[in-house]
Amino acid sequence: MTVFEHRQSAHCESGVMSGMLHHHGLPVSEPMAFGLSNALSFAYLPIVKIGGMPLIAYRMPPRWIINKLSKRIGARFYSRKFRNERRGMDALNRLLDEGKIVGLQASVFWLPYFPDEMRFHFNGHNLLVYGREGDEYLISDPVFEEPVRCSAADLQRARFAKGALGARGLLYYPRSVPDNIDYAQAIPAAIKANHRIMTGAPLPVIGVRGINYLADNLLKTARKDPKRLPLYLAHIVRMQEEIGTGGAGFRFLYASFLQESSEILSNPGLSDAASALTAAGDTWREFALMAARLSRRGAQERINELAELLRASARHEAAVWKQIDAVGY
Amino acid sequence: MDKDEVPQDKASTYGGHRKLLYATDEQGRYQGVQSYGWEAETTATRAAIAELERQQDEAWERAQEGLTAPLEVHMYNKRMDLPLLAGAAGIARWRVRRHMNPERFARLPERLLKRYAEALGLTIYELQQLPPARKSL
Repeated sequence: MTVFEHRQSAHCESGVMSGMLHHHGLPVSEPMAFGLSNALSFAYLPIVKIGGMPLIAYRMPPRWIINKLSKRIGARFYSRKFRNERRGMDALNRLLDEGKIVGLQASVFWLPYFPDEMRFHFNGHNLLVYGREGDEYLISDPVFEEPVRCSAADLQRARFAKGALGARGLLYYPRSVPDNIDYAQAIPAAIKANHRIMTGAPLPVIGVRGINYLADNLLKTARKDPKRLPLYLAHIVRMQEEIGTGGAGFRFLYASFLQESSEILSNPGLSDAASALTAAGDTWREFALMAARLSRRGAQERINELAELLRASARHEAAVWKQIDAVGY
Repeated sequence: MDKDEVPQDKASTYGGHRKLLYATDEQGRYQGVQSYGWEAETTATRAAIAELERQQDEAWERAQEGLTAPLEVHMYNKRMDLPLLAGAAGIARWRVRRHMNPERFARLPERLLKRYAEALGLTIYELQQLPPARKSL
């Protein structure tokens, strides 16, 4: 059987990519995988509803990291979806028999190894399969401390759950991985691309402007639909903290990437940007703590204070990208 | 966030697991730090679950009175809402809504029942029964 070294990550997709690249001899940390794929974002999308609430995203959509990272570093990936569930399972088995480690997209809800209270219908979860024993698959799920196991029937259900972001059995593995990465080229390109996402979007709901938009929306909800406010606040906190973000909606993860980049390129400006983003992350955490408390009681009275914390996060994040400007990216 | 400030609020929502967060050491250097949970996150997760349970109980009451079909109770039972169930079963929302009419649900053809059953991970027989009230579970 394939020997695979499991490593825990904050986020599933960057974790799977980091794990796969390590396995194929290219040690790329999770923050580096996340940063090189310029996956940091902010988006308030009222049209996409989750449990009747607007989608609030702190990163780019699922599959972004797989696609962007492989392009950025010149790795080539094989990926395939399946119409037929049986074929999707057979293809997985064949690859495992060949000794490959395989990335899968699956639904969190149908994976029984998740603790019950974490099981929600999110189809965009990523995990790695590295072997099979009898009826069970050996899985390295990056957000878990240890490798886990899952029966064939359960894994099939999770891979083929339908609906928004439905995986359709998506599996992927690297066909070729480069021997090394040209960081001097890749890091500036990735940071520039992320700069555009956070500050250059033409819509007011995306990037740093989006954070202020959400602050306005909180005040509006308090005014027009106060009954909905407590659940709305809980919803925002979940989007920011619950769904494997490494803390503060991926801000600490990206700050870690900036810090690592600063060392690789001996560029102290990036380290300053990392510190600025840490400050932004700390403000996000303060916001989450207050929002969670207010979701129990007192939301209406203190909503101005809460919105002000969001605006403070936005100011901190604007400062991060100013700092990046100063670096010349 | 300082690594000493990484919250360790043992949370049942983690089922005893730990998550990885990124935090800084004394020199401001980032590293992965495991966390048993955070009060803020637990509160938010619980609120979402409580809301689903409230909807489930309410649907169960209505199903008891013959005002809605077991389908709606099963839907909340599996932490879904109407758009999610419609997506998972591949049936338009307005049709799903109609199928929650008890009489209509009782007459549903096998092929539609099968799609709902698959989406909810139930047998057709289970789908047709009203599950026991949540509190008695």
